Amino acid sequence: MALLEIENLVVEFQTSAGMFRAVDGVSLKVDEREVLAIVGESGSGKSVSMLAVMGLLPWTAKVTADKMAFNGRDLLRMSDSERRKIVGKDIAMIFQEPVASLNPCYTVGFQIEEVLRFHLGLGRSQRRARAIELLTAVGIPNPAERLNSFPHQMSGGQCQRVMIAMAIACNPKLLIADEPTTALDVTIQKQILDLLVKLQAEHGMGMIMITHNMGVVAETADRVVVQYKGRKMEEADVLSLFENPRSNYTKALMAALPDNATGDRLPTIADYFKDGTEIAGAAVS
Amino acid sequence: MSVVLEARNIVRDYHVAGSLFSKGRTVHAVKGVSFTVDKGKTLAIVGESGCGKSTLARILTLIDPATSGDLFIQGKKVDIAKGDLTKDLRREVQIVFQNPYGSLNPRQKIGDVLGAPLVIHGNVPADERRDRAMAMLKKVGLGEEHYNRYPHMFSGGQRQRIAIARALMLNPSLLVLDEPVSALDLSVQAQVLNLLADLQDEFNLTYVFISHDLSVVRYIADEVMVMYFGEAVEYGTRDEVFSDPKHDYTKTLFAATPRADPASIKARLARKRAA
Repeated sequence: MALLEIENLVVEFQTSAGMFRAVDGVSLKVDEREVLAIVGESGSGKSVSMLAVMGLLPWTAKVTADKMAFNGRDLLRMSDSERRKIVGKDIAMIFQEPVASLNPCYTVGFQIEEVLRFHLGLGRSQRRARAIELLTAVGIPNPAERLNSFPHQMSGGQCQRVMIAMAIACNPKLLIADEPTTALDVTIQKQILDLLVKLQAEHGMGMIMITHNMGVVAETADRVVVQYKGRKMEEADVLSLFENPRSNYTKALMAALPDNATGDRLPTIADYFKDGTEIAGAAVS
Repeated sequence: MSVVLEARNIVRDYHVAGSLFSKGRTVHAVKGVSFTVDKGKTLAIVGESGCGKSTLARILTLIDPATSGDLFIQGKKVDIAKGDLTKDLRREVQIVFQNPYGSLNPRQKIGDVLGAPLVIHGNVPADERRDRAMAMLKKVGLGEEHYNRYPHMFSGGQRQRIAIARALMLNPSLLVLDEPVSALDLSVQAQVLNLLADLQDEFNLTYVFISHDLSVVRYIADEVMVMYFGEAVEYGTRDEVFSDPKHDYTKTLFAATPRADPASIKARLARKRAA
């Protein structure tokens, strides 16, 4: 049984111009100990589909799916209070902007301990000890002192480490990382990716890596889902995706990498769809 | 070949004021950087956040003065602290900023955005301003129908085209591009990079291209300078820097850049199975 199984997920937003379909019939599944990457450009619905799993979308969103099961339990049909017990504990998420996703008014220690208090009900000294342990695990020097720091006193990379510490605080079964390194420098990106992959292997977590960076996909994923305009274009294991992309959209994406440039011009998506073929019709799975 | 831009030992310090409880201190943002850029060439400046590359961009664009060091534009020495900044000089150097969402005034129509430089620099009549703006819109791959629209009606890639068009309205010889594609998607990034290459050929432009993305730099640059904590630790032609990096930081940077080729994926998967 897969850890997370989604079938035919549709997310629509109510706008003044009628319903807007952000995710259009996406199906995917993640097994335990597996790293799935979801790739796509902005507006491809990659973040929205994962926010739907977390139940973090605003009320204007209408989420429907034939199936959305975590560990065999249907997420869509359970009560809100039941769902809150799973979200943040068994499914955890890391967001793109580390500095913006921490509360500037509280110390990082308080914010990590809040997770432990809410989900595990640990006592004060146990929480403190566990928080120190977590900061050590994510590689922050002087963890005991750093617990009293506020987010603005830390660098972007360190804030992202704190976010990771919060996410793995309850030993989640599934970790969703939404563009975890987009706001960071390349050298820091490398450190954070290495840390995520190490923690994923150590804890045997399933991981979903949402990204638009093909390099990040190549360095982390086992399997890849390519999304475009809310639809799934292609699903493949990481090696065959890079060696032999099947959908036209993936081919266009690969060709647009400056690394693969041949000659003076970079091919663009438009070059691949010059003949006016409907891009969605080119989907393969 | 003529040298468009020359910097000799540029230094920029920022003084952080002290308070009742702390002493003031000096931050050395740029510590003696020298380089030259020939006409029609591209110099790429690479480095992580806080290494002084944007400070350097502001000095080159004549927004901030350097604390010390000499800056030559078209062979003429320029020191804006001494009031050397004339309108003619200002036309020579233009900049495109990183975030196309922040660099356009939301209340200004695109036509006015493009016309504004012509209003400031000389008496260009309204109908000529309009014609030149229309022509420039077509040059950057937009259309006449975009003339009367507002910035919020455009996507990120289109906005960056508008920002480039605005910078080119005065026919500058030097264009400073401060991370012009880092906020854009991969496919849009390719379009904007192609546009920049076309414009460089057409107008014989000189670029200073600031970026932290090595794959983009390798694609677009003729010469590369790597900055680290305000110093230029590596400076040479693209092939020299990429094939034989000398400084440890450059090597770290190359090692940290994710590789997207099947061979390195195979190696990683093999390591994973072995673990």
